[in-house]
Amino acid sequence: MSLYNITRRVACAIIAAVGLTTAAQADMDLSGETVTWVIPFSESGGSAKWANFYAPLLGEALPGEPTVVVKFMPGAGSTKGANWFQKEAKADGMTIFGSSGSTQFPYLLGDPRVRYEYGDWNVVLASGTGGVAYLPPDLAEKFDGDASTLKDVDFIYGSQGATRLDLVPLLAWEMLGLNVEPVFGIKGRGDGRLMFERGEANIDYQTSSSYLKGVTPLVEEGKAVPMMTWGALDEDGDIVRDPTFPDIRTFKEVCDVTEGCETKGEKWEAWKAFFIAGFPAQKMVFLPKGATEEMIETYSNAFKRVHERDDFAEISKKRLGVYPQMTGEQAAATLKLGTEVPQEAKDFVVGWLEERYGVTLKK
Amino acid sequence: MDLLATALPALGEAFALILQPKQIVFLIMGVLLGLSVGVFPGLGGIAGLSLVLPFVFGMEPVSGLALMVGLIAVIPTSDTFASVLMGIPGSSASQATVLDGFPLAKKGQAARALSAAFISSLFGGLFGATILTFFILIARPLVLAFGIPEMLMITILGLSMVAILAGRVALKGVVAACLGLLLGTIGEAAAGGSLRMSTYDVPYLVDGFKLVIVGLGIFAIPEIVALLRQDRAISRDASLGAGWFDGIRDWWANIWLSIRCSIIGVIVGVIPGLGGSVVDWIAYGHTVQSSKNRESFGSGDIRGVIGPESSNNAKEGGGLVPTLIFGIPGSGSMAVFIGGMALLGYDAGPQLITNNLDITYTIVWSLALANVVGAGLCIALSNPIAKLTTIRFTLLAPFLFMMIAFAAFQSRQSLGDLLALFGIGLIGILLRRFDWSRPAFLIGFVLSSQAEDFSNMANQIARSKFRRSFEDGIDYIASPISLVLLAIIVISVVIGIRQAKQILPEGSVETGKKRAPLIFLLCITAYLCVTWYDAYSINLLSDKIFPMTISSVAIVACVLLLFQMMRADEGSPLFADRESGGEDATAPHGLWSTLSWFALLLVLSALLGFILALAIFLVTFLRIRAGLEWKRILFLSALGIGFICMMAGVLNRDFPPGLLQEYVELPWPLR
Repeated sequence: MSLYNITRRVACAIIAAVGLTTAAQADMDLSGETVTWVIPFSESGGSAKWANFYAPLLGEALPGEPTVVVKFMPGAGSTKGANWFQKEAKADGMTIFGSSGSTQFPYLLGDPRVRYEYGDWNVVLASGTGGVAYLPPDLAEKFDGDASTLKDVDFIYGSQGATRLDLVPLLAWEMLGLNVEPVFGIKGRGDGRLMFERGEANIDYQTSSSYLKGVTPLVEEGKAVPMMTWGALDEDGDIVRDPTFPDIRTFKEVCDVTEGCETKGEKWEAWKAFFIAGFPAQKMVFLPKGATEEMIETYSNAFKRVHERDDFAEISKKRLGVYPQMTGEQAAATLKLGTEVPQEAKDFVVGWLEERYGVTLKK
Repeated sequence: MDLLATALPALGEAFALILQPKQIVFLIMGVLLGLSVGVFPGLGGIAGLSLVLPFVFGMEPVSGLALMVGLIAVIPTSDTFASVLMGIPGSSASQATVLDGFPLAKKGQAARALSAAFISSLFGGLFGATILTFFILIARPLVLAFGIPEMLMITILGLSMVAILAGRVALKGVVAACLGLLLGTIGEAAAGGSLRMSTYDVPYLVDGFKLVIVGLGIFAIPEIVALLRQDRAISRDASLGAGWFDGIRDWWANIWLSIRCSIIGVIVGVIPGLGGSVVDWIAYGHTVQSSKNRESFGSGDIRGVIGPESSNNAKEGGGLVPTLIFGIPGSGSMAVFIGGMALLGYDAGPQLITNNLDITYTIVWSLALANVVGAGLCIALSNPIAKLTTIRFTLLAPFLFMMIAFAAFQSRQSLGDLLALFGIGLIGILLRRFDWSRPAFLIGFVLSSQAEDFSNMANQIARSKFRRSFEDGIDYIASPISLVLLAIIVISVVIGIRQAKQILPEGSVETGKKRAPLIFLLCITAYLCVTWYDAYSINLLSDKIFPMTISSVAIVACVLLLFQMMRADEGSPLFADRESGGEDATAPHGLWSTLSWFALLLVLSALLGFILALAIFLVTFLRIRAGLEWKRILFLSALGIGFICMMAGVLNRDFPPGLLQEYVELPWPLR
């Protein structure tokens, strides 16, 4: 039982007790309206799945049961949609925006295309995820929790790009002293898994739900062995074991016992900041700049109501994986962790990207 | 035997599930929906699927699957209408169909071409489903045998089709293909993210161009403009010669061709990561190579329709293999389909085959059944719809402009889409005028990112394997599959070069004065040099090597062409120019004045937004160019605008906004 689940249950109980009467008075009425949920990606990505899952449930939970339509606005690695939301979206309570790790990373790395400011927006939902790295069985045999034993291996990893979510695993492996050569240009993490299955890559990672679906069968067949998870955040913002994979050691544990890897200092802080932005705070729903308290309340309550559904655990497990789903204060805290990263951490990562991969984010 | 024992009971259950009145109703609903969305180029399956997703949640699984599969199955069938009737490639599945399908329509044989295409689609679909039923059980190890070097080989095989489609001057075909490849590299490089021929100041370029826009620009705009200059119907004598039954007879006469191309479709579809973009070119190339008399290809040979159409529906079936057993979508619509399956409680992946074989078969055979229903409907419709080709084209053109502008705008939902469409359309017009192979250009563009990514990745992995040991490396790059593919490529190029002179993918072209073709060649060479320099100034080797190599090859080819031009006299095919003789030169309307009508629509859109611009454009066009009386003008304009508003409303799409919308708040659809 994760901390998120416990807090969620408590929150649910409180709302169940007082929520219905007070919420109904405080909330705005949206009957007959159409709420547009803008997703800055194409119809085929992970964010689309996430939004398509939530949209009908949100429609039912909002007062007046408005229609919630998901609108896709792909382009420029999601910065186009985010820029649109910053500049054009009206704070009329009818437009909401779904951001993802791919929206946060350019923001953190100072990508010249970014014209949006997370601080202006109002978060009403944060959905997290985790990630698991895994190895082929012959290499996993050498690995006993101390990564020093893998120092001589030439690793190949199928990557979507060093400035994407892949930054988190690449930096982690480098901190462990592993010699991982990323093969850039694959189109999705699924392709990375295929490369691993074909023996072209010999290290890979997947997010929690893809790991459960795609890699667990391989593990059962003896074709893959989990190496470590990126971990999860507890209430205090510390990294603990991922509640979805309590038996797999975290990167932090591995780093602790591996010589040359430190769980403090500039490098570690940078990794942690980007890990939070990419995983526990991966997907968030925002109301635009200037939204009233009433609107924020209305949407926060609606998402709470979705999480309260009796069947939520069951339907969300299949579609989203066992991810923490946060609203209210908790979502705001997660947003802060994921977007307010110390300048030194940003500078370190920008410098590392340029030095190690020759990637520059120039104007 | 074991295979049969697993397959048959599940197959029986699947049929029991599908063949219930309720499921069939849902399937037909999906087919109808797919047909009505699929005829619009550029919208296709993704828009349709996104439309039904909200309803799928909470549906009974088999009904939901039937609805979605019905929708997907007819997309590669219904897009044939646009390719054959208007010369507009509706999606990547129907690019090659344009080459012979459209000339047939011009000859007044649209119904014949359509029904031949549909019956081929139908056959391909059924054939694919039959093979898949057994193959899906043993596919996993076979699919895993296709690594990156093998995929690179298939991509090169696709590129080698340029040899056949190059036209009368092989070097011009090579340059056209290189230009396509280079157009595909514009924007952020997949490997290192370097910008190529673009800057962050023009965000539109950073993302690169989408196939919809390039396909519309290269094929549709030049054809529409050329036809509009003639002021007559698409079918030259405004009559329909052959009917739908002839098409079916043609297909039967070429049944073996249809079978061979279906096999190609299944094989290419099965390999994840290739998508459908190469399959119809490979099938077209095969059709040409394996035919005895080849003179009529490109000017309306029914075999050129049967080949690619047989392969593209078989490919849809094949594409289910990576989608279902690896959970890796082969195309955008398959990705949405996986999302829809999750809504119904099924996860695509290896466990689906093991645990839910009946559901797997339900999907495979719903696809086949939907093919039958869809193709049957399309055949029934092909005679009436083919009548469109007998209408005076001047009345159709403004609505085609409307539709392609709307479709192009869906690509990125920015005014840049319209600008890009116009710019690439201009390139298409010039390529057509000077007889530079447009199919070669499109093949280059379609395969550009695959060719670059796969060669970079294969190179990187091979180097690492060689570091481990020499044998590992050789095993990796020279696998039996790669070697067989290499042999096929060599044969295909050799045959292609020998045959290319006989095959004119775009009909014969008059030659004329030297000046205009020479200036065009010099412009291309200048652009290539700029591209070369741009690639040269990139720091990352992985991002510069591909555009640099391609532009070097193209520059060498251009220089050789220049030398040839200096020696040749005016009658040489080097100086092909449609404005110097033939249909275009004698057309009653000029090229630029006709094109400027389309420019007018775009400029007005930029100022007033799409719908207001459309209203003005339709009224002025129908009045001045078509010379109709006011009553009909108003009726037709209202009809067109009403229709596009309905489409956008149902699909929840936006229209391009203009300057006006920056300042004034307007209600939808004027917004």
